Amino acid sequence: MDGGVGLLQRQLVDYRASLFNEGILNEQFNQLQSLQDESNPDFVVEVVSLFFEDSVRLLNELAKSLDQRNVDFKKVDAHVHQLKGSSSSIGAQRVQNACIAFRSCCEEKNVEGCLKCLQQVTKEYYLVKNKLEILLKLEQQILAAGGSIPVQSEVI
Amino acid sequence: MEACNCIEPQWPADDLLMKYQYISDFFIALAYFSIPLELIYFVKKSAVFPYRWVLVQFGAFIVLCGATHLINLWMFTMHSRTVAIVQTAAKVLTGVVSCATALMLVHIIPDLLSVKTRELFLKNKAAELDREMGLIRTQEETGRHVRMLTHEIRSTLDRHTILKTTLIELGRTLALEECALWMPTRTGLELHLSYTLRQQHPVGFTVPIQLPVINQVFSTNHAVKISPNCPIARIRPITGKYMPGEVVAVRVPLLHLSNFQINDWPELSTKRYALMVLMLPSDSARQWHVHELELVEVVADQVAVALSHAAILEESMRAQEQLVEQNVALDLARREAETAIRARNDFLAVMNHEMRTPMHAIIALSSLLQETESSNLLATLINDVLDLSRLEDGSFKLDVGTFNLHGVFREVLNLIQPIASVKKLLISLNLASDLPVFAVGDERRLMQVLLNIVGNAVKFSKEGSISVTAFIPKSEFLGDSRAPDFIAVQTESYFYLQVQVKDSGPGVNPQDIPKLFTKFAQSQMPATRSSNVSGLGLAICKRFVSLMEGQIWIESEGLGKGCTAIFTVKLGIPESSNETKLALLPKVPTNSVQGKFSGLKVLVMDENGVSRSVTKGLLMHLGCDVTIVSSSEECLLVVSPLFKVILLDVCMPGVDGFDVAVQIRKRFSKRHERPLIVALTGNSDRLARDNCLRAGMDGFILKPVSVDKMRSILLDLLEHGSVFEAHQ
Repeated sequence: MDGGVGLLQRQLVDYRASLFNEGILNEQFNQLQSLQDESNPDFVVEVVSLFFEDSVRLLNELAKSLDQRNVDFKKVDAHVHQLKGSSSSIGAQRVQNACIAFRSCCEEKNVEGCLKCLQQVTKEYYLVKNKLEILLKLEQQILAAGGSIPVQSEVI
Repeated sequence: MEACNCIEPQWPADDLLMKYQYISDFFIALAYFSIPLELIYFVKKSAVFPYRWVLVQFGAFIVLCGATHLINLWMFTMHSRTVAIVQTAAKVLTGVVSCATALMLVHIIPDLLSVKTRELFLKNKAAELDREMGLIRTQEETGRHVRMLTHEIRSTLDRHTILKTTLIELGRTLALEECALWMPTRTGLELHLSYTLRQQHPVGFTVPIQLPVINQVFSTNHAVKISPNCPIARIRPITGKYMPGEVVAVRVPLLHLSNFQINDWPELSTKRYALMVLMLPSDSARQWHVHELELVEVVADQVAVALSHAAILEESMRAQEQLVEQNVALDLARREAETAIRARNDFLAVMNHEMRTPMHAIIALSSLLQETESSNLLATLINDVLDLSRLEDGSFKLDVGTFNLHGVFREVLNLIQPIASVKKLLISLNLASDLPVFAVGDERRLMQVLLNIVGNAVKFSKEGSISVTAFIPKSEFLGDSRAPDFIAVQTESYFYLQVQVKDSGPGVNPQDIPKLFTKFAQSQMPATRSSNVSGLGLAICKRFVSLMEGQIWIESEGLGKGCTAIFTVKLGIPESSNETKLALLPKVPTNSVQGKFSGLKVLVMDENGVSRSVTKGLLMHLGCDVTIVSSSEECLLVVSPLFKVILLDVCMPGVDGFDVAVQIRKRFSKRHERPLIVALTGNSDRLARDNCLRAGMDGFILKPVSVDKMRSILLDLLEHGSVFEAHQ
């Protein structure tokens, strides 16, 4: 392999930059990354896994809720709020935005709108899940090769 | 009559013969009496006469003889006996004296004769002395002539004058008919007639040097008489009717500087001679005298010395002229070099100024835009850009010190930020987590290199993003993959930093990559990156990087595919913690502040699991002792004065965070015991803020929280006891 760790690191950086470019992730994710250190080496992985679990659960709940004859918008709103919180904590920008849109639909008590929003949120979620999984895999590879994960401390 | 004793003369008194005898006797007597008188007179006159008594004797003899003859006068006539007795007595006396005188004369005459011979001898001697005197005088005159000649010869250092003068003076002194000088030609195989006395312009006679007569003359330092018919003597047409005058030739050594050996001065180790030929006037019976020959020899020697002096002087004058010429040339060259240096300095100064002026404007403007205090590092950087001349001299030295490595990257990005924003380029910085914060090296130059590279990336990208990555490379991947022999060894006190700057610009043709680092190189295609690489920039970077024992190279997959500039440099690791403290820059976040939070007990209440773990991680990163609860009941259960700070999520639906806050406040009425309560909310409107205030909260934070924000909030809280932030 030409370059080895250097190449991987470059790939990671590029990939991360592209995620940022596309707005999939935001600064918060960097914050998470920066919290990872020797005392907390798997922090990002843990949080991201937690996010995945939580999100899947919430999406299921949302789907179930919106499938009811009488939609309980409060409940829906609560779930969306949760999802919004999680995604904002992790820096999943697009998911967060979709959640915000979802919330306004809930306020309007618009089932159609909510369903559409749910679709959007789900789509965004799977996108970010995919990307994050790739990113994490890259990070694992780098760590396995003995390198260190470059910290992105500023985005201008 | 008495018997008269008269004596009758024999002869009659009247006889004629008697008369004559009478007269003769008279005269004899007279003469005989006058002679002694004369003698006495002259003896008296003369100073010296050794035989005085002989004279007396002789005088007596003469007187007596005279007396005899006188008395004889009376004997002619009748005379008395007395007269006869007297006569007899006189005669007897005379006889005695004359016999005595005769005897004496036998002794004296040889003496007298020898006096004569002595006189003759003395006369001869006098004549001889006269002759010698004449000779000496002649010699003295000759000597005077030589001195004068020598003086004339030596009074000039001009070769021609010397030779001419020699010939003229010799001719005059010795009254020569002709005097000539033959000089050896350059080849040394011939003698060339160079100077003559009488002829103004001697015809160019040459004779071969190997003639026997010439050899004869050259073989001795004496003047040699030669035949007037030999080739060297046949200089002029024979004018005399008879014999041509005698000819003498003498060698004149031509000395060189190398011949002047002090030790063997008399023996000249030279091989070059000139020949001087002197001719006496024809038809004169003159001969060459020894003193004249000696004169000629002496003159020849003097001429040799004078000629050598002249030659030496000529050479030294020539050398001096050469030196003067060289000096002039050197001076000119020096002035030209000075002009060139001044021109270069002027150029640099102008460039300096031209670059500084706009850069100062940019600094001023950007500091206005940023509303921050811009460092004057940029200004110093400009100074350094013009270090190229010093770099090329080889006199450049790195300015090594401890500095904040992370800070360098931030600084560079801060500087580039305005330009990138204008171009809508995204710049991202990625620092590896194992990259030390502090390093030992030349901060300014590293920044310069970074600025140059990142600046180029920004300059040549029209859109897209630029990423700057810094990390510690693995040993085998430090260098350019095309230079695999560059292997760096990591030691304990050094590490290698690799920085990669990737842009999404037009890229570079791989063939052009080597040219990028040569200064002032231009590529053919004006539209590509290398059209305005600004000549100096990358060359300086390369120089700095190699001074830091690193490498710099550019990779590009081709035109349109962007470009990555990579460089590695060697930096030191600061040893003592003192250095790190000294190099500490306040705006760089370090973990030293951790001390303030270490063990700070914080209670976090958040229902959202993800949010909870993020907040926990954040606080743990800051060194706090975190407890998390997920519900208000749990919170109220757990809360105690041990907790200094409580973070409450107040936007949980169904949970009234504010209520919790109120409850907590109720429980801990005493101010010093009460933990500080901060609301965590995703809601940024005024209502939420007012609610927090009413609930008696000490602060509020908008989610999501960054590490820096959390840290500053906590600091404020601990310092002031309260903080109210509306924005992040």
